[in-house]
Amino acid sequence: MATYRFTVDSKRVSVDAQPEMPLLYALRDDLGLKNPHFGCGLAQCGACTVHVNGEAMRSCVLPMSAVAGKTVTTIAGLGTPEKPHPLQAAYVAEGVPQCGYCINGWVMTAAAVLKKNPKASDAELRDALAGLKCRCGTHVAILRAIKRAQTQLA
Amino acid sequence: MDRREFLKTSGALVVSFSLPPIEALAQGAGKPALVPTELDSWIAILPDGRVNAFFGKMDMGQGLDVAVAQIVAEELDVGFHKVDVVMGDTLTSCNQGGASGSTGVSNGARLMRRAAAEARRVLVERAAEKLGVPAAELKVADGVITAGEKKTSYSELVGGRYFHHQVEWNKQVGNPMDIKVPAKPKQPSDYKVVGKPLPRRDVAWKVYGTDGFVTDVRRPGMLHARVLRPPRVACKVRSIDEASIKGIRGARVIRDKDFVAVVAPKEWDAVRAAQTLKVDWEPMATPFPPMDQLYEHIRAAQVVKRADEVKKGDVNAALSAPGVKLVQAEYEWPFQSHASMGPACAVAEIKDGACTVWTGSQKPHFVRDGVSRLLGLPEDKVRAIWIAGPGSYGRNDAGDAAMDAAFLARATGKPVRVQGMRADGTAWDPKGPACVHRARAAIDATGKVVAYEFVSKGFSRQHIATNESQPADSLIGQTLGVPPKPNQIFGTPAESYGFENKLLGWETIPQFVDHCSPLRTSHFRDPVGPEIHFGSEQFIDELARAADEDPVAFRLRYLTEPRHAAVVKAVAEKSGWNSLGKGKGIAFAERNGTAVAVVAQVEVDRASGRVWARKLWVAHDCGLIINPEILRTTIEGNVVQGLSRTLFEEVRFDRDSVTSVDWTSYPILDIADAPESIDVTLIDRPEVAPSGAGEPTIRVIPAAVANAFFDATGVRLRRAPLSPERVKAALAKA
Repeated sequence: MATYRFTVDSKRVSVDAQPEMPLLYALRDDLGLKNPHFGCGLAQCGACTVHVNGEAMRSCVLPMSAVAGKTVTTIAGLGTPEKPHPLQAAYVAEGVPQCGYCINGWVMTAAAVLKKNPKASDAELRDALAGLKCRCGTHVAILRAIKRAQTQLA
Repeated sequence: MDRREFLKTSGALVVSFSLPPIEALAQGAGKPALVPTELDSWIAILPDGRVNAFFGKMDMGQGLDVAVAQIVAEELDVGFHKVDVVMGDTLTSCNQGGASGSTGVSNGARLMRRAAAEARRVLVERAAEKLGVPAAELKVADGVITAGEKKTSYSELVGGRYFHHQVEWNKQVGNPMDIKVPAKPKQPSDYKVVGKPLPRRDVAWKVYGTDGFVTDVRRPGMLHARVLRPPRVACKVRSIDEASIKGIRGARVIRDKDFVAVVAPKEWDAVRAAQTLKVDWEPMATPFPPMDQLYEHIRAAQVVKRADEVKKGDVNAALSAPGVKLVQAEYEWPFQSHASMGPACAVAEIKDGACTVWTGSQKPHFVRDGVSRLLGLPEDKVRAIWIAGPGSYGRNDAGDAAMDAAFLARATGKPVRVQGMRADGTAWDPKGPACVHRARAAIDATGKVVAYEFVSKGFSRQHIATNESQPADSLIGQTLGVPPKPNQIFGTPAESYGFENKLLGWETIPQFVDHCSPLRTSHFRDPVGPEIHFGSEQFIDELARAADEDPVAFRLRYLTEPRHAAVVKAVAEKSGWNSLGKGKGIAFAERNGTAVAVVAQVEVDRASGRVWARKLWVAHDCGLIINPEILRTTIEGNVVQGLSRTLFEEVRFDRDSVTSVDWTSYPILDIADAPESIDVTLIDRPEVAPSGAGEPTIRVIPAAVANAFFDATGVRLRRAPLSPERVKAALAKA
């Protein structure tokens, strides 16, 4: 066991954990956050995605030992109903999610992609989002929402 | 979501059920019993004039609650935004069957419409009495009742109190539950709210992470649990080495007969304990055939039950008539997994002899019934509360999680949260049944189809029931020794082709393993719909080509229902069928009153075997449209999930285990393969009562794609999925 200090959604936190425990369990179980979600525990789906120092990471496989001193942002820290990230606003406008359990993967990954490449083409977006899962099949609406957000970011 | 309040206590989120106003009225003092005969079981007017509609089905992320709110607002004459739909809690709603068979609007909301119309009638009657004005002279606008200067309101008349008014119940429970009322619902021509593209209500909290899923329910003192499923098919535990998890903080084993679980105060410790615990299972010797012999197995298997659902004329005679051209083909569909976005989760707590279960199951009333039977508690001592889970497309792993949680809460005396690991949602959920479809037809010298036969043979779609009301239908029940009682049922194509000699039938075969089977079969979105129509609508295409006729013209020649022909015409027109380039395919089907036709245009990469359904056109007729925008996105989801099942999904197994355990071994559609466009034509028929939309479109996708693949390559793929390996192999052979 060791104590890990880091920042989550602008709050400084500390968690006692084994170094190999994935960040996801600290966020959910120790810090009581409702996001992100456990989808596979294998970095195959994206439901647990958060930003770590601005990079989209799969928190279900990221060990605590790699998190010390880092800045973690969850979807709840990306934007709020009052101050939404353009992607969140676009998701609401397009009514994208169905079950919604996959949402962290798509929104957090797309947010990181658009930060680097706000004008990403359809092909670049599909490439950057490869591997993320959405079981309800909302992919077409996801792309619509990202393109809507791009008009806000442009 | 405002019915749940999340309180922050000692750093962890705790769900509090301190009953905000909605529930206070739903279960307050003096409330009549929660029975379908009480109007108060369906509608409540709050002191501020807001309306609660207590709905006994639930929305699975396709906006059903919005449709219900629109219908209730319409019939009651109140603003849409004043109506809250309260659903999924056995304490506040009657058992309308949960999410089931795309009946949310057709059955579920039909009842709500009647209840709302009756509430309005009663309120107007009471207003007439109060104001001393005949009811016919009263006007209602947004819950305010006026006659000239005289005025009262719903909230004044009954706000915060109960109607104490009886309605007539048809004595049915589940999907067919209905009521009869003297009130006459409005005519569609008078609709102001129904038909409007009003927005979803669950999007914002999901996008901002401001409310929780069932996975986010926390109770004070809660333990985390993982249930152990055997790595190889096994129904018996020989022994458990409890010392193997000795070093893991607070972890312990809970075992009863062949049910094994671990619990720990911290979730990560429960996960580690589940991964570490040494269990000696008694494996079964080769319960499954080699996977590459699955379809031979089905063909050769003994028939448990056969039903000829459509029988017209004498097919055999017509097939053997002299001079006819015989066309025959067989189609094969694999086991498929719900593979919900996350493995199922449930939380249960037992206090003062009463059990509360928080579940993502789409049928919480049946969870209540199942838990009550499992624990031997009276029904009124069990409360099941649905909270959005990680996806639900039928009988997935959610029912098992709910039963497991309840059992573990009793075994430990503490609130217990169960969530599976990935393999529990992929390898261990109930599966869509594998099947083979045999089709034969005869075409006479004039090119007319004179005989048509389509018979499906496969595993029953209800080896375990469609809901969790019986412990026999859950893994825990089976590990505790309750044998399942499979229902033998499959299905037939749903169409109106007017072939003069016609036989549509099905045959079911025995399960590989009676109980504790990872290949047990049950309902998966549009049960046996994609499976059957993958065959039947490809066969129609094969017949069209054998008769040297265009597939659209051929369908139009034989479809006898005008609404069926109308969707085929509409989709052909919208897609520009006649001028579309190569790689186009069409398919049509009906589903419980909804007609849908799809045109797909595919691109085939011969080198990689990739099939990309680049463009799709859908024409959809489900009668009266309640909300066109939500209907459109629901159809889109059907299309994409249908593409995934057509192109990628196949549960893999070896002789003694399911080897599809994650997203690598059970691939689904990736965004690279998402269509470029899905064009949806909605045919609104206000004069026709609404039918379902949650499933119909998915059944036509497989054949539309396979027909398009044939059009692109000249090769028929009669075995699903049309995966890259299979496509490459088929093209190499051609």
